[in-house]
Amino acid sequence: MVVHLPILSLVTFLPFIGALFIFMIKGDEETVARNSRQLALWASFVTFVLSLMLIVRFDPSIAGFQFVETEQWISGLGIQYRMGVDGISVWFVLLSTFLTPLCILASWDSIRNHVKEYMIAFLVLETMMVGMFCALDFVIFYLFFEGVLIPMFLIIGVWGGPRRIYAAFKFFLYTLAGSVLMLIAVLTLYVVVGTTDIPTLMQAEINPTLQYWLWLAFFASFAVKVPMWPVHTWLPDAHVEAPTAGSVILAGVLLKMGAYGFLRFSLPMLPEASMFFQPLIFSLSVVAIIYTSLVALAQEDMKKLIAYSSVAHMGFVTIGIFTVSAQGVEGALFQMLSHGIISSALFLCVGVVYDRIHSRDISRYGGLVHRMPAYALVFMVFTLGALGLPGTSGFIGEFLSLLAAYQVNRLLAVLASTGVVLGAVYMLWLYRRVVLGVLDKEELKTILDLNRREVAIFTPLVVLVLWMGIYPEFFLGLMHASADNLVENFEIARALQMAAAAP
Amino acid sequence: MLYVATIFLPLIGAIAAGLFGRWVGDRGAQLIACGMMVLSGLFSIIIFRDVALDGNERVIELFTWIRSGGFEASWALKFDTLSAVMVFVVSVVSALIHIYSIGYMAKDPSIPRFFSYLSLFTFFMLMLVSADNLVQLFFGWEGVGLCSYLLIGFWYDRDSANAAAIKAFVLNRIGDFGFALGIFAVFYLFGSVSFETIFAAAPAQAETSFEFLGLEVHALTLICLLLFIGAMGKSAQIGLHVWLPDAMEGPTPVSALIHAATMVTAGVFMVVRMSPLFELAPSVLALVAVIGALTAFMAGTIALAQNDIKRVIAYSTCSQLGYMFFAIGVSAYGAAIFHLMTHAFFKSLLFLGSGSVIHAMSDEQDMRKMGGIWRKIPLTYAVMWVGSLALVGIPFFAGYYSKDIIIESAWGAHSLVGNFAYVIGVVVAFLTAFYSCRLLFMTFHGEPRADEKVMAHVHESPKVMTVPLVLLAVGAIFSGSLGYDLFVGDGGEGFWRASILVLPGHDALAEAHHAPWYIKLTPLVLAVLGMALAFLVYFMFPGLAGHAAERFPRVHAFLYNKWYFDEIYDRLLVRPALILGRGLWKSGDGELIDGIGPDGIAASVMRMGRRAAALQSGYVYHYAFAMIIGVVGFISWYLYGLMG
Repeated sequence: MVVHLPILSLVTFLPFIGALFIFMIKGDEETVARNSRQLALWASFVTFVLSLMLIVRFDPSIAGFQFVETEQWISGLGIQYRMGVDGISVWFVLLSTFLTPLCILASWDSIRNHVKEYMIAFLVLETMMVGMFCALDFVIFYLFFEGVLIPMFLIIGVWGGPRRIYAAFKFFLYTLAGSVLMLIAVLTLYVVVGTTDIPTLMQAEINPTLQYWLWLAFFASFAVKVPMWPVHTWLPDAHVEAPTAGSVILAGVLLKMGAYGFLRFSLPMLPEASMFFQPLIFSLSVVAIIYTSLVALAQEDMKKLIAYSSVAHMGFVTIGIFTVSAQGVEGALFQMLSHGIISSALFLCVGVVYDRIHSRDISRYGGLVHRMPAYALVFMVFTLGALGLPGTSGFIGEFLSLLAAYQVNRLLAVLASTGVVLGAVYMLWLYRRVVLGVLDKEELKTILDLNRREVAIFTPLVVLVLWMGIYPEFFLGLMHASADNLVENFEIARALQMAAAAP
Repeated sequence: MLYVATIFLPLIGAIAAGLFGRWVGDRGAQLIACGMMVLSGLFSIIIFRDVALDGNERVIELFTWIRSGGFEASWALKFDTLSAVMVFVVSVVSALIHIYSIGYMAKDPSIPRFFSYLSLFTFFMLMLVSADNLVQLFFGWEGVGLCSYLLIGFWYDRDSANAAAIKAFVLNRIGDFGFALGIFAVFYLFGSVSFETIFAAAPAQAETSFEFLGLEVHALTLICLLLFIGAMGKSAQIGLHVWLPDAMEGPTPVSALIHAATMVTAGVFMVVRMSPLFELAPSVLALVAVIGALTAFMAGTIALAQNDIKRVIAYSTCSQLGYMFFAIGVSAYGAAIFHLMTHAFFKSLLFLGSGSVIHAMSDEQDMRKMGGIWRKIPLTYAVMWVGSLALVGIPFFAGYYSKDIIIESAWGAHSLVGNFAYVIGVVVAFLTAFYSCRLLFMTFHGEPRADEKVMAHVHESPKVMTVPLVLLAVGAIFSGSLGYDLFVGDGGEGFWRASILVLPGHDALAEAHHAPWYIKLTPLVLAVLGMALAFLVYFMFPGLAGHAAERFPRVHAFLYNKWYFDEIYDRLLVRPALILGRGLWKSGDGELIDGIGPDGIAASVMRMGRRAAALQSGYVYHYAFAMIIGVVGFISWYLYGLMG
C-alpha cells in the first residue's frame, strides 16, 4: 500500500512552520540569535531531505504533473489549491531547497543584528519559492510569485549595503510594473477560458490577437525577472547591496522565475504569439549576451561583474527556450540549474572575502592564492563553470542551447557564441586580479583560508558542478518526457492554428 | 581494461597529487604522478602493437554523456591506428617529461601542484585523441586548453605569466568559437556528432548546400572551414599564433610537453581525424595548405631575430606545425602525422635540452648572455645537436624523413597550391637550418657572455634529467627511419586502414615517392647552405649579424617585433573592447536605460512620495497594497463577468 503523503505541501510549508517556531523564540538577544540560526538550519535541512523524496519517487516516463494535490479553496470562483510538479519544475524545487540551508550557513557569522527576523525572512522566502514552482493554479501561482518579493525586499532593504534603499526601490519599480500587467493577463485568461487551473489553461485555445496582448503582458513581468536587456539594470544594484545570502537566492532562484514563466505559460498557452515574438526574444537575448559581457569587462566591483555575467548567461536560457526544441528547452533548463549553482557559488566566493576584508573592490585584492589555496581552488572551479568549460555544468546548458539555436537560425548562433569567448575573458581576468599575482596589500597578509563551515558550504556545490558536467543525464533524464511533450504540444497547437487560419 | 587504464591512470595521478599532495608530500606526489604516467606509457606501447600493427580496432563505450531529443554524445574511447599512434606519442613523451620534471622542478615550492596539472593535461590529451565523437573531442580540446592556461600561469606571481596564460586561453577560445559552430553545423547536417555516423553519411552529403548568414554555401566546405578555425587556434597558425611564444612563460617541461609535442598538434590531429569531411571540401584543403605554408614562413622568419632561447624554439614549433598543415592541405595526412610524431621527439628534446641549459645558466634564457659553455655541459650540448639536426632534416635523423616527405608531397600534388607550398617548404628548410644553428652557436660557442658567477656555476644536469634526454634523443634519431615505411611508405594504406580517408585522385603522397632527384635533394641542399651561413655569421665572424641588423633596421625591427601582430591586435581588438564595455556601462546602462527608466520615474515618484512614508518599510506596504488592489480587481472582474 502506498501511503499518500502530501509531499509538495509539506516541502512548501515546512519552512514556514519553522519560521513560526522561530517567531516564538524568546530570551536575551544572544540566545535568540543562536537558537534561530540552529532552528532555521534544521528546518531548511529537513525540508531539503524531504524534497529529495521527489527525485526518488519521480517517474521520468510521465510527461504530465506528478504528486498532484487538489483541495477546494475558493469554491465560488472555482479556484483550487492545486500543487504538482513535472520534469520542468521538479529541479527548481530541489534547487530552492538545496540553496536555502547553504544560505543560512553562509549567514551564520556575517549577519549580526536582527538574526531572528532574518531567519524568518529566509524561511518564508523558501516557502514562497517552492510554492511558486509547485503551484498549478494561477491564483496560487500569482500569490507565491509576488510573495517571493516581499521577504527579498526586506533582506535587501534591512540587511543590505549602504545604497540598499536605492537598490530596493529600483527592484520594486521594475517588478511592480511587470506584475500589474501580469495580473491583468491572468484575469483576462480567467474571463476568456473560465478557469485558473494551469493544466487546463495549457490545453486551451486562445485566438491569436488576444494571444499577442497576453503574451506581451506576461513578457513584461517575466523579462524583468530574467532579466532581459534592457530591463536588467536593477540586478547589478540589487546584488551589490544585498547581503551574500540574498545574492545567492536572487541569482540562484529568483532569476529563474521569469524563464520558468516563459516555459510554463507563454509557450504552452500562447504558442502563436510565442512564435510571433520569437525574433524579439532572440534579438534581446543576443544583445544581452554581447552587451552585458562587454559591460562585465569594465566592472571594478566583484559582485557587479558577476551580476552582469548572470544577465549574459540568462541570455542563453531565453534563446534556448524560444527555439522550442528538445535541445533548446532542456539546454535552457539545464543552464538555469547550472547557473543557479555556479552564480550562487561565485557570490558565496565574494562573500568569503567580503566577510574578511569588507570590500568588493577588485583592486583591493590580489595574490589571495598565497594565503588561501583552498579558496583559490574552489574559486577556480566555479570560474571554469561560469566560462562553460566542458566537464562542468556550465558547458552542457550553453552547448545545448547554442546547438538548438543553430538549428533555428545561424546568425543567432554565431552572435550568441561570441559570448563564450567574452565570458572567458571577463571571468579569467577577474580571477587573475583577485586570486593571482603577488600578495602585496598589507591588509591581505593575515587573511585566513576557508574555515570548516565554508568548506561545508562549498563542497556540495563543487561536487554538483562536476557531477552535472560529467553525468548530466541524471538531471536531464527527469526532464526528457516533459520537455518533449512541451515541444510536441507546441507544434500541434501551431499546426492547428495554421489550419484554422488557412481558408 | 588496459585500454581504459591507459587513459585514466594520469587522471588518478593528477587527483592524487593535486588533492592529497599535502599529505603525501612532494616526493609522494611525484612518485604517484610519475608512476601512473610510466604505467600509462608502457600500456600505450601494447596498444600501439595491438591496434596499429595487428589491426585490432575497437570502441569502448563508457556511459552516456549528453542526451537530448535526437542529440546524443557518449563517453567512449575509440582506438584505431590514428588514435593508437597519438596515444603512444602522448603517453611516452609525457612519461619522459614527467621524469625530467622531477629534476627540473626540484627547487620549486609547489611540486604537487605542478605534477597534478601535468598529469591532468595528459589525461585531457588522451581523451582528445581517443574521442569517438566531436563533443568528447571538444571536451579534451578545452581541457588541454585549461591545463595549458594553468601551466603557463604556473608561476602566478609573475604578471607576464598571468597575462600569457589568459592570452593563450582566450585565443584558443576564439578558435573554439569556430570549432563549436562547426559541431553545430555537423549536427545540423548529419543529425549526429559520432564520427562513425558522420563519416558514413559524408559522401551522400557531398553536394549538399545550406544557408549560412544569408548565403547559400556548400555544407561541407563551411563545416570544414569552421573546424579549421578551431585547429588554427590550438595549433597556433598565422593570425591565432600570437599566444604560443608568450606561452614560454611556463616552466620548460610544460613548453616541451604542451607547446611542442602534444597539445599544439591537436589541431593537426583533429583535421586528420576529420579527413573524410575535408576530402570532400577541396577548397578548404587548399586554404589549409596556404595557411600552413604562410605560418611556416612567417614563424621561420621571426625565429631568425629572437634572442630568447625558448622563443626561438617556440617559433620553430609554430613553423613546423605549418609544415604539418600544408601536408594535410595536399591530402598527405600520413605524412602530417608522421612529422607530428618525429617532431614530438626532437622538439621536446630541444625544449628539454634548452631547459637543461637554462638550469645550468641559473635561469638565464637570453642567448646574448650565454656562449662558451659547451665543454661544461657536453651531454646537453650533444643532445641539442641531435635535436637540431633532426629538426633541420639532415639524413638519417628523424626530421629528414618526415619533413622531406611533406615537401615532396607538396610537389606531388601537382597543383598551384602544392607548388606554392613546395617553394615555401624549401625556403623554410633553409630558414630552419639557419636559426637552429644560430641557436647552437650563440648558446654554446664563442666567448662566454655571462658573468663569472653564473659561469662558475654552470653544471651538467642530474641523471633524472639527462636520462629522459638521452631516450628522447634516441627517438629523435631513429623514429624517422623506423616509421617511414609504416607511416608514409607503400604500406601506408595498410597501416592507417580506415582511420584516414584519401580520395582517389588526391594521391600526392604516393606521387611523392616518384619525385625526381633534384626535387628530393633541394631541401637538403638548402638546409646545408643554411647551416653553413649560420656557421659563417655566428661562428666564424660573430660581428656580422649585428652589422646586418644595423644595415637593415626596418627588416630587423619587423622580425624582432614578430611582424607586429600583438601591437595590431591590441589597437584593433583589446582596447576597443574595453572602451566599448565601459561606454556601454556608463552611458548605456547608466544614462540611457536608468536615466529614462527607473531613475527618471523614480525621481518623479520620489518628489511626490517623499512625505508619505519612511522609505525602507514603505515599499513593503506599497507592495502589499498593490497586491491587494490586484486581488480586489480580480474579484470585481469576476463579478462583472457574472453579471454581464
